[in-house]
Amino acid sequence: MLTTALICLPLFGALSVFLLPAPKQWVGSLALFFSLAELALWISALTRFDFGSAHIQYEQRHSWISDLGISYHVGLFSFSLWLVGLTVVVMTAAVAYGLWARRERANAYYALMLFLTAAIVGVFTAQDLILFYVAYEAMMIPLYVLIGVWGGAGRLRATFKFVAYTMAGSLLMFATIVVYGASHGFDLTTAQQSGSVWLFLGFAAAFAVKAPLFPLHGWLADAYRESPPEVAALLSGVVSKVAVFGFLRIALTQFPGPSHDLRALLLALSAVGLVYGSLLAFRSPDIRGVVAYSSLAQMSLIGLGVFSQNELSLSGSVLQMVNHGLVSAALFLLAGLIEIRTSTGALSRLGGMARGRPILASLIIATGVISLAVPGSNAFAGEFLILAGVFQRGWGWAIPGLAAMVLAAMYMLRLVSALLHREVGEAVTKKTPDILLPELCLIGALLGCMLALSVWPAAVSKHSFACLTPATNSSGVSSQTAAQVGLACVSGAISSSATTGAAK
Amino acid sequence: MIKTPAVDWLTLAPSLALLAATIAALSSAVLVPERRRKNVSWFFCLTGYAGAFAAAAFLFDRSPHSRSVIANALFRDRYGALAALIVAGVGLLTTLVFYGERSTVDRVGERFALLASAGGGMILFAQSANLLTLFLGLEWMSISLYVLCALERERPEAIEAGFKYLIVGGFSSAILVFGSAFVYGATGTLNLAQIAGKAPSGDLLLISGLAMILVGFAFKASAAPFHTWTPDVYQGAATPVSGFMAGATKAVALLVALRVLSLSFSAQEHLWTSAAAVLAVASLVVGNLAALAQRDLKRMLAYSSISHAGFLLLAITAASSLGTRALLYYLIPYGAASVGVFALAALHERELGEPATLDNLAGFGWRRPLSGIALWIFMLSFAGFPLTGGFVGKVYLFAAAYRSGWTWLIIVGVAATLVSLGYYLAVVRAIYMRPDPDEKAVAEEEALLLDRMLSIAVCAAVVVTVGSFFAAQPLIDLARHAAGQLPL
Repeated sequence: MLTTALICLPLFGALSVFLLPAPKQWVGSLALFFSLAELALWISALTRFDFGSAHIQYEQRHSWISDLGISYHVGLFSFSLWLVGLTVVVMTAAVAYGLWARRERANAYYALMLFLTAAIVGVFTAQDLILFYVAYEAMMIPLYVLIGVWGGAGRLRATFKFVAYTMAGSLLMFATIVVYGASHGFDLTTAQQSGSVWLFLGFAAAFAVKAPLFPLHGWLADAYRESPPEVAALLSGVVSKVAVFGFLRIALTQFPGPSHDLRALLLALSAVGLVYGSLLAFRSPDIRGVVAYSSLAQMSLIGLGVFSQNELSLSGSVLQMVNHGLVSAALFLLAGLIEIRTSTGALSRLGGMARGRPILASLIIATGVISLAVPGSNAFAGEFLILAGVFQRGWGWAIPGLAAMVLAAMYMLRLVSALLHREVGEAVTKKTPDILLPELCLIGALLGCMLALSVWPAAVSKHSFACLTPATNSSGVSSQTAAQVGLACVSGAISSSATTGAAK
Repeated sequence: MIKTPAVDWLTLAPSLALLAATIAALSSAVLVPERRRKNVSWFFCLTGYAGAFAAAAFLFDRSPHSRSVIANALFRDRYGALAALIVAGVGLLTTLVFYGERSTVDRVGERFALLASAGGGMILFAQSANLLTLFLGLEWMSISLYVLCALERERPEAIEAGFKYLIVGGFSSAILVFGSAFVYGATGTLNLAQIAGKAPSGDLLLISGLAMILVGFAFKASAAPFHTWTPDVYQGAATPVSGFMAGATKAVALLVALRVLSLSFSAQEHLWTSAAAVLAVASLVVGNLAALAQRDLKRMLAYSSISHAGFLLLAITAASSLGTRALLYYLIPYGAASVGVFALAALHERELGEPATLDNLAGFGWRRPLSGIALWIFMLSFAGFPLTGGFVGKVYLFAAAYRSGWTWLIIVGVAATLVSLGYYLAVVRAIYMRPDPDEKAVAEEEALLLDRMLSIAVCAAVVVTVGSFFAAQPLIDLARHAAGQLPL
């Protein structure tokens, strides 16, 4: 029931927000109220979640189309619980930002944001392939309009690229799902594993576009630049995690053979994307470009962790997904706040903002420092776990990861210095205000989440895959070294839930 | 005394209800004073469709076993009854949309009479059990539609549409009847159930007949390469009529085609499945690519209906029970969305006084928030997006094609879907993302046309389009009962 409530509450919110005939601040406040209610609902799910159990929890199942064996089947694994948590936190921040930025056409805007929440939560909880695809595609409907209506000057071009890339991928996945489901069954907890490379590639291509992985990232820069900042925060913070979740939940667990055979390819693409994205971020002329390409790099790093498929790298990946979601959301919202003040994001026209704006400077530096993974931060814990796991898979794969950590420091420090230090840019005047209190609360809340995770990264990393719990800790020292344990755990968790499902 | 066959009145009831409505509407065109003529004839047409719907529902319930009645002229079965339900539903919504359509008073009665008459012909066509009644039903529906297209004779486009439809439709009927004659020559029977097995499966006469019958159906279903009439006719005909043709004519043409092919030509299955695959691919390619280039909304929808003919032909290609269920299910949200989208096009045209194009749709979604969302939903359903019945329909079609071994057709279908997003999303882009030329019109909401009948029809269409997604299983159960009565 709780899972269905997590999906339905924002849907209900979307409907009521759309129909509320009130001034836009009231509409926005109602939307924020629904986001906070969703957050509260998630916290109640978190407190009652049994992390010791590898079974699917809060499970609910209704036959939907019995003819083809399609059902409404939702539930949460521990790693999906964290991703749902990331979604509701980032979404609350995004709605709050929209309220602060006084978005026009408020009814439609907030209704779409809440609809998007429901769709993303649906993806993370779906246990049926068709339901998964339904939620996956339902994300596209609000995203298309959110970018196309409220975006920047080049928004039509950006939406075209975004839709062309992602729909090509997801329609390929649609055909794959139909073919796979018609022969293996649509229910993920009972579907048999398949050895078909073609079917694996059908899924992998869709997720690789969405993440994005290296050669399929063509839509990324335009979409992240032209979206409203809060939508860019959602895209890079949450929607990209959907793709990694897809790899974890479907591509790797249902296709153990092909994912083993093609591991070198996937790792190589991730490695190239990691270095390439970092270099592009270093060369980007504007704030959002830096964050967008750093997002490509970070997703590739998470990809390295996921495709290495061992216990360290998998739990590190889940931790890093949450970290990166929070960091990139905070960075995009900060970019938006700077753009509101100076009406530009071009680094050449900005600079010297630290003088007289201590809060802005502190927030940017704090977020930037976490993002470049200084030791002690949550991002450090995540990257360390991933790299330790990747090292077990093959030390060669860890080299691009280490190189990227250096590059991350370079592009992030370049961004910080271009914004805060150097001579005062032409777009910055004496009157350009510092961060105001509501803005501080907004960014501060995200930063608070990051700091909490820095203090206790094991909260996520140890509680992502139940069977891994004794194995890892945040310092990366592992008592088990069996390389195959990771994947076995994910699929083990799923197959054990299948047996309980059958028992019911 | 002449011996008459026993008449099963329930089987005839849906078409008889519409025939009675036709006569009543036609009489009211003469007998009722001008002032009330429109309302009275409209009411008769609406009652006719409602009666046909109720009768078809009753017939569906009372026909658990398929049998041919009235001297083997008609089938009394759930397959025909479900087809009648689809036709009556689409007709009911079309009648609501048609109410507000401008017309000179001297032809308003005829308009509703013809609309009811076309529906009656379609239902008879869908129930026919031999090639003679099949042709009778086909002509009944086609002749009504020819006139209905050309009825607004002040507009040259309407004359052009009616004339083109008449010529091409007459030609296709001729081909179909020619094919029927060949089949009769080869087998000595017109009875659909008896054709199979009467002649060797490789008989050249029989196969020529099969080919010609298939071409006749392809014309009516506007499948490429027999689609050339479609854009002109849809553009020229009164907008609600175009919606009716897209939703109902195509549906019965394909349903009857599947019945004839599976029942009478089961020995030639390898031939007609391949032919249907070719037609499907041609329709998907032509329909989708041509639709991309259109600026006129109705022309674009015409090409989109050609591409849907291609999708629906996948179900015929599958030639399985699953395929039949897919076809029957797909037609329900498709029919609703077709009527709905043409209703919104009609609304826009009445407001502007000129044809709806992608350019003058700018700002439509903000001016009319609810209509905008409805249009958005219909486009998503056409494109096969989730949360609409079009998605479940596509899942079914592709699953059916896959299980029958047509995996490459799925690839074509998916590629076609991707292309189709280009023009479906162009509509969404037009109504939301283009700057509104006269923003101040937004303020004067009172000035907006309020057509209550049309709004009811659009609401109903939205409910069916979205409802068929969430409540897919009950509809599929209906389709299963109906599909079980075909020998597949």
